[in-house]
Amino acid sequence: MPLASRHLLGLDGMPKDDIQLILDTAVSFREVLDRPIKKVPTLQGKTIANLFFESSTRTRTSFELAERRLSADVVNFSSDVSSVRKGETLKDTARNLEMMKIDMVVMRHSAAGAAHFLSQVVKANVINAGDGAHEHPTQALLDMYTMREKFGKLEGLNVCIVGDISHSRVALSNIYGLTAMGANVSVCGPKTLMPRNIEQLGVKVFYDIDAALRETDIVNVLRIQLERQERMLFPSLREYRQYFGITRERLEKAGRDIVIMHPGPINRDVELSADVADGNSSLILQQVLNGVAVRMSILYLLGTRT
Amino acid sequence: MIIKSRIIDAQGFERTLTRLAHEILERNKGSETIALVGIRTRGEFLARRLARKIQEIEHKELQIGFLDITLYRDDLRERRNQPLLQGTDIKFDVTGKNVILIDDVLYTGRTIRAALDELIDLGRPSTIQLAVFADRGHRELPIKADFVGKNIPTSVGEEVRVLMEEIDGEDAVVIVERGAN
Repeated sequence: MPLASRHLLGLDGMPKDDIQLILDTAVSFREVLDRPIKKVPTLQGKTIANLFFESSTRTRTSFELAERRLSADVVNFSSDVSSVRKGETLKDTARNLEMMKIDMVVMRHSAAGAAHFLSQVVKANVINAGDGAHEHPTQALLDMYTMREKFGKLEGLNVCIVGDISHSRVALSNIYGLTAMGANVSVCGPKTLMPRNIEQLGVKVFYDIDAALRETDIVNVLRIQLERQERMLFPSLREYRQYFGITRERLEKAGRDIVIMHPGPINRDVELSADVADGNSSLILQQVLNGVAVRMSILYLLGTRT
Repeated sequence: MIIKSRIIDAQGFERTLTRLAHEILERNKGSETIALVGIRTRGEFLARRLARKIQEIEHKELQIGFLDITLYRDDLRERRNQPLLQGTDIKFDVTGKNVILIDDVLYTGRTIRAALDELIDLGRPSTIQLAVFADRGHRELPIKADFVGKNIPTSVGEEVRVLMEEIDGEDAVVIVERGAN
């Protein structure tokens, strides 16, 4: 069975079977990444545009590698060099892409819903690489792949997402995906960075990190965006670290084995202490490796869907 | 599935496998340098069976792996049903080996072309030899098998099916009408 949708816009409402299919298919691509020649001819002749209206190194590189390893032709547009700076609307950009016979578009945009809008005006398959504070589905899928690889299953896993829940598309996509797969999700962070009524998404809310850690198998640590401090949402980095930073002492106090994940890039010794980030229970680099395989899986499933 | 005729029964199946095992060993002067690679789905089970036979004869460990050639297909875009990826599973280095590529039915040769491309991406085998259980003709590419269980001349409207105990509940080779399931 192919995926239900010809786009990947978000995990909100995505059928469990589709998430399963993406994760299962990614296992085959993970094998390809271990070969001497890490490339398969599957998307030969397809052209993929990476449209990054917000700066990103990791996600863009990961997508580009995934695309090239599937033998697709790749074009990159980024906001600092493109016509967006010159005031072109998203719709015009999309129309131009259409004329250039682009088969798939990977887009990051600062506005929530931008990928959804694009999917309505172009014939190409659209993959959301992050839209505002809305969703970042490929990050959540690679997180879930990494968790499944470590624990063998997602159902019944206890996952705690820590940090700025309000402004995090990673948090939202993780919540949608993980709850669909039957994991128990909790969120933890300062009240000023916690959306009201988040419980309605089926998650447990903690404001005390030590209490949250006592009930979790995995802690997915979000990046604290330093610009939030300027908006007075938390007093200082030092204080954030003191109350919510994931440190060796905190983990030991929790009295259980907890695996550490982080979507990167890390603010060392702010949301996550350096020794924990580099420690044995950190899956952070594994996430980066799996990210390429998961994105290959999505590109393959959408690109060969007829 | 409407079976038009039954070409090989369970006993014949066993004898054919035994002969193929001996032919492979004779050509390669034993099992020392060979590795078996089955093309998924049925080639996998044929490879497992042949490996068992060869080990019974030679009493030596034999390397065995499986190829999923989906990512190398030349008809991915035309197929109506997206095939489910089962993944390639070859845990040894193919470089320098005499790789025996195994499939159930040899027809157009396009599957074998894909398998050759994938194998060569995995390393540089010393030789690649092709063993198929049934060869039904109608090649579209210049590909020929080194070991053939049975040559079965067919018309394009017919289909040759190799049935196996592991998935089909019996060992047999049958001819069915095309499009029948």
